Amino acid sequence: MFDRTLTFLTRRRGGKRWHITDILTWGYLLLGVLMMFGPVLWLVMSSFKTQAGLVEFPPTFLPYSQQEVAVEGYDKPLPLFEVKMPDGSAKVMAQVRRIGIVSQMVDPENPGPPIKVRFQDRTPVRELSFAWENYITPLEQFNFLRYLWNSVVVTTVATFITLIINSMAAFGLSKYEFRGRTSILVFIIGTLMIPISVIMVPVYLVVTKFGMVNSLWGVILPGAATPTGVFLLRQYMLTIPDELLDAARMDNASEWQIYWRIIVPLALPALAVLAIFSIMWRWNDFLWPLVILTRNELYTLQVGLNAFQGELQVQWHYVLAMTVVTLLPITFVFAFLQKFITTGIASTGMK
Amino acid sequence: MPCRIPMELRLREQGERMTLRSRQGRRAAESERRFESVLQLPWAFAMRLLELPMRGVQRVIGQGRMPWVFVMPNLLIFGTFVIVPLFINFYYSITGGTDLFPANRPFVGTEQYDLLLDCEDYLDPFSCRQDRFWRGMYNTAFFVTFQVAGMVGISLITALVLNRRIPGRAFFRSVFFYPVLLSPVVVALIWKWILQREGLLNAFISDWIGNKTLWLVEPGWAMFWVISVSTWAHMGFYTLILLAGLQSIPGDLYEAAEMDGTSRWRTFWRITMPLLWPTMLVVLVLALIKSVQTFDEVFVLTGGGPGTATQLIVQYIYETGFATQIQNFGLAAAASIVLGVVLLVLTLIQMKIGSGKGKW
Amino acid sequence: MKVSTRNLTIAGLAVAGMFWASVAAAATELRITWYSDGNEGEVLRDLLDRFEQQNPDIKVVVDNVAYKAILESLPVQLAAGKGPDMARITDLGGLSKYYLDLTPYLSDPEYWRQNVGPFLQWFRQPGDKTSIHGFMTQLTLTGPYVNKTLFDQAGIALPGEDATWDDWAAASNAVAKKLDIPIPMAMDRSGHRFAGPAISMGAKFFDANGEPAIIDDGFKAMSERIVEWHQDGTMSKELWGSVSGSSYRGANEEFANAQVVFYMSGSWQVGQFSKQIGDAFDWVAVPQPCGPAACTGMPGGAALLALKDSKHPKEVAKVMEYLASEDVLAEFSARTLFLPAHIGLSKKGVDFKTDLPLAKKALDTFLGHLPKVSQTAYDLQAYPYNRVLFNAIISRLGQAVVGELSLDDAYKRMVQDIDTQMAEQKRTK
Repeated sequence: MFDRTLTFLTRRRGGKRWHITDILTWGYLLLGVLMMFGPVLWLVMSSFKTQAGLVEFPPTFLPYSQQEVAVEGYDKPLPLFEVKMPDGSAKVMAQVRRIGIVSQMVDPENPGPPIKVRFQDRTPVRELSFAWENYITPLEQFNFLRYLWNSVVVTTVATFITLIINSMAAFGLSKYEFRGRTSILVFIIGTLMIPISVIMVPVYLVVTKFGMVNSLWGVILPGAATPTGVFLLRQYMLTIPDELLDAARMDNASEWQIYWRIIVPLALPALAVLAIFSIMWRWNDFLWPLVILTRNELYTLQVGLNAFQGELQVQWHYVLAMTVVTLLPITFVFAFLQKFITTGIASTGMK
Repeated sequence: MPCRIPMELRLREQGERMTLRSRQGRRAAESERRFESVLQLPWAFAMRLLELPMRGVQRVIGQGRMPWVFVMPNLLIFGTFVIVPLFINFYYSITGGTDLFPANRPFVGTEQYDLLLDCEDYLDPFSCRQDRFWRGMYNTAFFVTFQVAGMVGISLITALVLNRRIPGRAFFRSVFFYPVLLSPVVVALIWKWILQREGLLNAFISDWIGNKTLWLVEPGWAMFWVISVSTWAHMGFYTLILLAGLQSIPGDLYEAAEMDGTSRWRTFWRITMPLLWPTMLVVLVLALIKSVQTFDEVFVLTGGGPGTATQLIVQYIYETGFATQIQNFGLAAAASIVLGVVLLVLTLIQMKIGSGKGKW
Repeated sequence: MKVSTRNLTIAGLAVAGMFWASVAAAATELRITWYSDGNEGEVLRDLLDRFEQQNPDIKVVVDNVAYKAILESLPVQLAAGKGPDMARITDLGGLSKYYLDLTPYLSDPEYWRQNVGPFLQWFRQPGDKTSIHGFMTQLTLTGPYVNKTLFDQAGIALPGEDATWDDWAAASNAVAKKLDIPIPMAMDRSGHRFAGPAISMGAKFFDANGEPAIIDDGFKAMSERIVEWHQDGTMSKELWGSVSGSSYRGANEEFANAQVVFYMSGSWQVGQFSKQIGDAFDWVAVPQPCGPAACTGMPGGAALLALKDSKHPKEVAKVMEYLASEDVLAEFSARTLFLPAHIGLSKKGVDFKTDLPLAKKALDTFLGHLPKVSQTAYDLQAYPYNRVLFNAIISRLGQAVVGELSLDDAYKRMVQDIDTQMAEQKRTK
């Protein structure tokens, strides 16, 4: 009777009980949101801070800046401080000027002659303020729409090419036994061994020979055949039952038809993942377009908006704002594409 | 759970439920496919156009040679933009000078490799001519061991969690994937705000410990944080791959297991892992390779410091070949080839072991 | 008179050709690859818009890039022959083989020799004594800043004009102890920054033949001080000790948060400090600390240079002349808060456009440092491979600071690093 009550109390929708794994699941998810998303939110909040706000220790979550108020008798708005008065109370006063460690302050309500306050007796009064100019100034300065267009062109064309040729190659390498299959596979994986930043110069030489410098094709083509993509798709296609292909062949389907009518729809989850990766790599690609593209009409978003990284100084407030701007489109794309990962082999429909 | 219903009845019930589900499943699959085919109309049209010529090609070269047709476009782009540069890279490593064009570089044979491998005691980096190369190798070995283990483990757990039917699944998936979308400069900046003397971490725990720890100045802690930050930044990538892999496991297997009352642990080991293995192999191989090639976020976070405690091998290659005034392409290329060979051997070993568990 | 169709066609084509040529010549497009540390890009665009109005047949396009592109991509592009017409370059000696000599195209080469004068040598290849390649967009000088408010609060007087490095270390430590400041002294982790103090201590950097010979008593004296200061807490390991190799590490944030008493950096910080610190405390540029040999900092700066890849050298010369003219350069310096590397302007002074009296005073102080820069410093900056020296010095000194290497080993490694790289360079045909 007792355990039937317990079953009743801990039942869930669908009639299953709360398993320990369910509790762990939710705990893990909440931890994940905190650790993964928290910093991202912080980033977005920080993109609204002024230059001074970004340097501050300890870093705050929300953007603050010192409050200023217009005081009668003075032309410019004066900064507000909370001052510790000689009698122990705290009063909000406006600072006229500071000379060394003594500052002259007036009461913002009824400004009389300034009184002298010591440096350490005052703390700034701060208010929440969003520095929208971090976003507006760069967008005005740069040909943002042009960069956006270039990035979109590069990303869509490159992803399209990548999906097609990688899935073709993966199909060839997974569903057939032919001489040279192993060596091609080792070859492809072998090309992953040398990091791209190292062979950048030789690739540049090859691209120059083809005359593709300063053209978007020079950015699209070199990375279109990704070994990661081929490897990923191939391993996934290995799980597609061969009987399907044999049945299709008996129905007199050509290999090409098998490829695009059977294999591609079934490999949709892996294709969706590769699409996400490819879009992400292309959208965020910075190093390679930086070398290839020298004319600013061709710059992609990352190249154009990262011009704020100088030699002696990085203008973080602009860099952060522009990072948030470049993150927005890809967030939407990801949210849209990720649902394709759960389509595909639904259940026994394939049998 | 003990059941008092007779065995045959239970099995018949099971079978009925499965048929019902499979019918539902088929219908679901069909409607999804219809939705997808509508979505992909333009490309379906292009594919259909190619059907006739491709059939012709197949007739000419035979079915056995068709895989070459499929593999060819990929191989062409590879050949031009990856293989040729690799050969050029190799040529750089056997030549000297600072010229960019291979034709102008004087041939030096194995001099670059000799310089690289010139050590009195291979176990002590500081006794070597190129001490920072060896330091980089040892640091990378340490880094990779812990980072791959940690990352694959966490990715697997996360993929399993995200595969369950939970409300708001799309949101949670985006959350775990988000750090992958951030550029290394931004990742390093965020973690600097957390780890610096006046950062978030110290703000929380300095009351307990008593003083503010300089996390990135002590070599041991610097390595720990470098591994953690790198895991944080890339985990979503592998989670997504594993998530796709989990989709290939038919759901009715889980149903059957649950009806049999199998514990979740056994379900995991006996059903999930074996069927997930091909994807798992992808993750392990990729994680190893990318881990060895880690450079960006570590470089921006610690710059290889303190001293050379977190200087990884690609940082050495980058500094030798690019960041210095006299860009020593030859030495950098030689180092990259040594690295590539080591990595290739490791990967082949990994795949050989992995293939023992099934088709690879 | 019968005009044959053939002749008519030829005539027509000729007219069309002339028209086409004039249209084509009507809009020469020049490209500048430019990076910005602050608002230089905006100011340049403004100045160039005015130029284009005065010269409608020349269009100047500015390609704003990250500094990384100038450092890493531009050399590769120039080597492949795909460079722009002009570029703002920092590695003046290293890329000198790609610069275009403007002398035949300039209307007044003497103006350049008089005003850009000594800096022209920085762009020339060894052996060349006459070419004119461009001008410095700014002059930077290394030099210290102090948080004077902290001195005032501690009640300690600022050391005077001839104070030595040891005097400053003592004073900073006293202030830090009294007010519980974590970092008494800070120096940018850069060989360029270290070189000034080393020269003050007597380092000569070159031997009699002009080849690098960096290890001498003066050099050792400064290196020993740096390592000692990191041991006894005068300098904090979280700056130099937190990165490796030749990575740069400044102390801007720490200084802006009043955690540093004395900060050895340079004149380019003035613009940044006005935004980051503003009026929060008195940040003051102080005279260069002295050593037995000199009281010097290191000069530096970036230059706008004409490149050989250009197909329109005449138009490039026109743009350069406009930008290097006294009024235009004065406006550029005033708005960007950078020091001008122009003999005429440095005598006249520049009316810097800033509301902050602190910023104006700091810039004027730095201008006052200029006469005291020692010849060794100029020679070092003019040396085409000085970055090889700076990187070797800072990377090994950094290891000595954290205790990975002893100072003697560090010296040996520095020399080894430099020799390996120079050998590679000499191998180039």
